[in-house]
Amino acid sequence: MSENYPSTTAHQPRLQTPLGRVRQNGSAKSGTHHWWMQRVTSIALLPLMLWFIIGIASHAGAPYEEIARWVGRPFNAVLMLLLIGIGFYHTAGGLQVVIEDYIRPERSAMVAGLLIRGACWVFGLLCALSVLRLAVAG
Amino acid sequence: MAENHHDAREATMVGRRTDGTLVRRPLSPHLQVYDMLQMTSATSIMHRITGSAWSVGLVFFVWWIVALASGPAAYANVQWFMGSFIGVILLFGLSAAIWYHTLAGVRHLYWDAGYGYDIPTTYRTGWAVIIGTGVLTVLTWVVVAIAWAS
Repeated sequence: MSENYPSTTAHQPRLQTPLGRVRQNGSAKSGTHHWWMQRVTSIALLPLMLWFIIGIASHAGAPYEEIARWVGRPFNAVLMLLLIGIGFYHTAGGLQVVIEDYIRPERSAMVAGLLIRGACWVFGLLCALSVLRLAVAG
Repeated sequence: MAENHHDAREATMVGRRTDGTLVRRPLSPHLQVYDMLQMTSATSIMHRITGSAWSVGLVFFVWWIVALASGPAAYANVQWFMGSFIGVILLFGLSAAIWYHTLAGVRHLYWDAGYGYDIPTTYRTGWAVIIGTGVLTVLTWVVVAIAWAS
């Protein structure tokens, strides 16, 4: 680090480049991304979960054909796809924080986080394909 | 600090005093020092537990929707399990977990907006979450029972 750069203390010169300072590219630009996305997805999930719980509870004990037709209707299928996509995103983000808090060492937390993210993609796509099949083929 | 060299997150626990000398930052109070039956800590840990429970419950959601797309034979297995004693207990637990996580989530959004941090309000919203979970879970199963009977 050059002695010409401004520093916070005499012992700790800034690691940020002067250009980065001018552009205000601090960590805050993406540092709150994970936190913010958990809030955005939670707000989106509120009406979706209400719709899903009421929809499923009111179809309790219904025969196969009736449920398959209900999920396959265009409006319901779109809401189901949104619920699946946003729901798995929220789940992956939530579990990531739990893993980061409780799993040591860092290497294991990283592996567990990647496995969770992979599982969410596989299960999410499985669910989405199933809804599309009910909507298109049914 | 040498014993923690394998974990990069430990780097954030090390700071400097104004004179430049190294200092190990104090850790915030941990699980051991909290009374876990206090409203504040109990509702917090329950939010995490119900969120994790919902993650496990998602596996049953996947089974349900994949079986529905696969056909009546595969769906009959799901119907058999969900109608069994263990299946109903599981669904009841999941519905309570979902309602708790939803209501506690709204409480968190309320906090995020900057409201309700004083102790009396924290206790009021905490009780609202707990009682709301009970009421909405029972209400959900009333709807299930009516749909089942008709």
